[in-house]
Amino acid sequence: MSYTELENTPVEPVVSAFINVGERTNVTGSAMFKRLILDGNYEQALDVARQQVENGAQIIDINMDEAMLDSQAAMTRFLNLIASEPDISRVPIMIDSSKWSVIEAGLKCVQGKCIVNSISLKEGEASFLHQAKLIKRYGAAAVVMAFDEVGQADTEARKVEICQRSYKILTEKVGFPPQDIIFDPNIFAVATGIEEHNNYALDFINATRRIKQTLPHAHVSGGLSNVSFSFRGNNPVREAMHSVFLYHAIKAGMDMAIVNAGQLAVYDEIPEELRIAVEDVILNRHPQATDNLLALAPKYQGAGISQVKDNLEWRELPVNKRLEYALVRGIMDFIEQDTEEARLAADKPLHVIEGPLMDGMNVVGDLFGEGKMFLPQVVKSARVMKKAVAYLNPFIELEKDQGSSNGKILLATVKGDVHDIGKNIVGVVLQCNNFEIIDLGVMVPCAKILQVAKDENVDMIGLSGLITPSLDEMVHVAKEMQRLNFDLPLLIGGATTSKAHTAVKIEEHYHAPVVYVPNASRAVGVCQKLIKAESRAEFAAYLSEDYTKVRIQHANKQPRTLPVTLEHARANAFSCDWANYTPPQPAFTGRREVKVDLDTLRPYIDWTPFFLTWSLAGKYPRILQDEVVGKEAQSLFNDAQALLNELCANQQLQAKGAVGIFPANSIGDDIEIYADEQRQTVLHTAHHLRQQTHKPNGPNYCLSDFIAPKTSGKADYLGAFAVTAGIGEDELAQGYIDHGDDYNGIMVKAIADRLAEAFAEYLHEQVRKELWAYAQQEALSNDELIREKYQGIRPAPGYAACPEHTEKQLIWDLLDAEQLTGMRLTESYAMWPGASVSGFYFSHPQSRYFAVAQIQADQLQDYAKRKKWSIDEAQKWLAPNLA
Amino acid sequence: MTELTKLQQLQRAAEQRILILDGAMGTMIQQHQLQEQDYRGERFADWNSDLKGNNDLLSLTQPQIIYDIHCAYLTAGADIIETNTFNATTISMADYHMQSLAKEINIEAAKIARKAADTFTAQTPDKPRFVAGVLGPTSRTASISPDVNDPGKRNVSFDELVEAYVEATHGLIAGGSDLILIETIFDTLNAKAAAFAVETVFEALGLRLPVMISGTITDASGRTLSGQTAEAFYYSMNHISPFSMGLNCALGPDLLRQYVDDIAQVAECLVSAHPNAGLPNEFGEYDMQSAEMASHIQEWAESGLLNIVGGCCGSTPEHIAAMAQAVKHCSPRKVVQLPVRMRLSGLEPFVH
Repeated sequence: MSYTELENTPVEPVVSAFINVGERTNVTGSAMFKRLILDGNYEQALDVARQQVENGAQIIDINMDEAMLDSQAAMTRFLNLIASEPDISRVPIMIDSSKWSVIEAGLKCVQGKCIVNSISLKEGEASFLHQAKLIKRYGAAAVVMAFDEVGQADTEARKVEICQRSYKILTEKVGFPPQDIIFDPNIFAVATGIEEHNNYALDFINATRRIKQTLPHAHVSGGLSNVSFSFRGNNPVREAMHSVFLYHAIKAGMDMAIVNAGQLAVYDEIPEELRIAVEDVILNRHPQATDNLLALAPKYQGAGISQVKDNLEWRELPVNKRLEYALVRGIMDFIEQDTEEARLAADKPLHVIEGPLMDGMNVVGDLFGEGKMFLPQVVKSARVMKKAVAYLNPFIELEKDQGSSNGKILLATVKGDVHDIGKNIVGVVLQCNNFEIIDLGVMVPCAKILQVAKDENVDMIGLSGLITPSLDEMVHVAKEMQRLNFDLPLLIGGATTSKAHTAVKIEEHYHAPVVYVPNASRAVGVCQKLIKAESRAEFAAYLSEDYTKVRIQHANKQPRTLPVTLEHARANAFSCDWANYTPPQPAFTGRREVKVDLDTLRPYIDWTPFFLTWSLAGKYPRILQDEVVGKEAQSLFNDAQALLNELCANQQLQAKGAVGIFPANSIGDDIEIYADEQRQTVLHTAHHLRQQTHKPNGPNYCLSDFIAPKTSGKADYLGAFAVTAGIGEDELAQGYIDHGDDYNGIMVKAIADRLAEAFAEYLHEQVRKELWAYAQQEALSNDELIREKYQGIRPAPGYAACPEHTEKQLIWDLLDAEQLTGMRLTESYAMWPGASVSGFYFSHPQSRYFAVAQIQADQLQDYAKRKKWSIDEAQKWLAPNLA
Repeated sequence: MTELTKLQQLQRAAEQRILILDGAMGTMIQQHQLQEQDYRGERFADWNSDLKGNNDLLSLTQPQIIYDIHCAYLTAGADIIETNTFNATTISMADYHMQSLAKEINIEAAKIARKAADTFTAQTPDKPRFVAGVLGPTSRTASISPDVNDPGKRNVSFDELVEAYVEATHGLIAGGSDLILIETIFDTLNAKAAAFAVETVFEALGLRLPVMISGTITDASGRTLSGQTAEAFYYSMNHISPFSMGLNCALGPDLLRQYVDDIAQVAECLVSAHPNAGLPNEFGEYDMQSAEMASHIQEWAESGLLNIVGGCCGSTPEHIAAMAQAVKHCSPRKVVQLPVRMRLSGLEPFVH
């Protein structure tokens, strides 16, 4: 993530009542993190930090106290690396060590105001004073342990006494700001069987109350997991203990804790008998408390609390609550039966929808909005809702009643584009919030969008697109809406769209509100604001002001690097010593069809982007163990595997491809592709673009640099491929959607996308090992393939290294792709089916991916000339790369 | 009536009006079109490396030029002038193999500014003039890697920076500075090292001077080069209990305004700004005229954003005079008092 992307995150400070400090980047607390650090695998260790921030840790605790480690060096290295990761370093750091030297090393690496964890009076007042003074000079807050020369405080009186003494020294002798003091009055294990331990939790809670009362502005924190230490191995009981402890400690004033958020049960959801037993222990309410909890514990052993609850008790609830329960949890089993019961009880069938079902969906919407439910769960909820509505529809028809909705929204993927996963997700989420959706599908011409909008009298229009030419089409739609006197709000979304593009290129062409919607969860808020007349005007004013600001910022943006002339860039091209390099000769030239079954492709799947499609961020397979989204990720993954099994078994989805390798040589930025080894007849010419920024430390790359120049006299080759795993995907997905199952509708396409990428990976390996055969000995794991550890590249037209989409036509012509595979190109050069990948192969050992990025007017003219285009036409296709 | 101390005079002046800081030193030096031998003077005639461009050295070799520039700014109305020591640390002086001269340059530069300020104070005792000893960012960054292939690498450590800044601070104080100004901060960790050094020197000398902090928002992303927002930057530097907190360089007043506003909302101390005279044109020249700059600054002042204002790159005595005139009748910003909270920061602020 770049700094500029961070612009979208809110700038107002987050004031929160209770702080979660992420604890996973701690070698003493996490075996996995310890292993990564000991192995020197800092890259993955950074992922652990990143995940915590993504999952909502407001501060991250970093601890390198491990005997086998040079802790000081490890702390320095890790903090320096974090400083280069804006998506991690945006939150404050907690430097955690029992060694002062490690803490001080850490303080020397952090530019933000961080927290030291911890100091205490353990070694006496002199060293406490010395350390506190330095912390103040470094500009940090500090955790102060309730520990003195005598030892660690265990009773309420000792805890309070030590904290009061520390506070006095810090504020009076050091001038330490009291609001930067965080006391840790020691959480110890209870229910250990030793009687003196029974009051430990209560001591902490009571001490907390007195600290907050007597020491103004100071905070109280603690490491939660200690309290339940005697129930190791029984997570449900531990979770319950943590949750009960926090519940009471927070009431007493505890405002910070180092916790594993995944290990917290919701206080209200703990079964009553367990909660009471735990509460007796935590609050030391009677002498038998420990024995009682020990007796009860085995009953909860092994099963998460959720699982214990996951019996059919909820069937005893009143019908409205049962509907809510089923919607929130996505349970299909009883929905028709419960809907029927609700219908019989209601005056009109429509009231069931407007009453209990919408109430349930509102709960889902709220939980999603609060980040307590994840996208796949919401889509499952929608499936339950649809089934209930489908059941009620015949009854409603009988009464000829009109449904009332929040509003009617038309969604469409614009002309020339076939990608619709994101649009479908937005549609489902909006339906969950009681909007009526008219989805016109993909490749929808402007005229049709506007006609249907009029005929159906919709309230707003949402446009989606994935490839860059779609941006132009969206501009076109906006202009047409203006010309035809439309007044409807226009929503803009999809992977290549952006706030800047919406502000600079679209919004000014249309007088009614134009809104960039970055993701599905934002869509609901935006639509609700736009649908109500009273909020719409205010929102529109806000938008127009916001976009004006973006336009000004955009206009003032200084390029980070200076442009150079095309001539200069060409003079700084990548070049290898062609005289001493012989390109590998392929085992096969020409083109051929490739057939492969899905089972072969499965091991090549890179699952990480699949989870991203569902808005679950994290790398596979670690995401399955993630403390926040892990459970949902696992469930989603299981569903995907099940569907994949089915698809493999019944062959409803097919993969087809074409591949070719051709004699080729470069002439400047072009690559000539020849009919045969005589290299006299030019079949086609591939046109490429060159990086055009000032690059003092490296070449200005162009893909043609990786092919031997014609003048070198060396025989070189260029490969091309086009693969799809989406034959049948549209029909399959539509089948699910027609049956109200958007979840599997989206799932089919998400899986087909992954299979197409897997196909490209598989075929590239075939090319390297057999067809071009320059790496016959290669033996790489899937993970290594994903990390591109092989020789050669396969850049795809429309992406960074060759961003101009029309070059796909060349691949189609070379391979006769439409004939061999049935794959087609739209007028915007999107590939159909959507789950398709195409690109070139380069074999050169130094070939690499790069981004062409911004080009200048001289290259625009040069490219237009080479492509035999007018400047206007070149401008249209190169728009994303022009200033 | 007892005589007020320097600090009391400064504080009283700041309560009554918007204080004027001087403008660019480099821009003024450029106008003299000095050549290699001018930089060298007699003393460094045989120095083993090129010295042209070493503006800080001019305090030793062309003290009259530096003195005259200070006087030009004082005539224009500056209350506070900045010593010519932007690069006078052992770290930046290493470019000229002049590490050993760093301390001397700081002392002499402060003396020259002291003399100019005292001359003007003697002429108008009711408007005392002050010298801010400048600590620049150095040519290295403590939290940004110099090597794209190794983001964990650093070409300068916190300790090395502290050492360099301790020496410079000693020199600035010995030469007679009234304040310390840590400025053009694009990496907050460098500035934290400077603040650490300043505190260390204060402790060693048994005194305290007011400390001004001024960061640099590098572009329209609204962040420092090291990635912090203006508010996060303020929380990172607030521990030094600054006399003022503000922004300078990189942007002209038009673009800088919103970030100064961000700081004005939270700073529990005075707010300063010394923007560039616009953005450089294609010839690297700053061409925002004094009238335009002053009209921006007047609007800031009327909006209650400012306590101290001056100019950075491209500004001249003409700009300073115009700004001084423009804010003459404006009240200074009222220092805000925020609720007592723990105010932490990463790249972004976090308040609890």
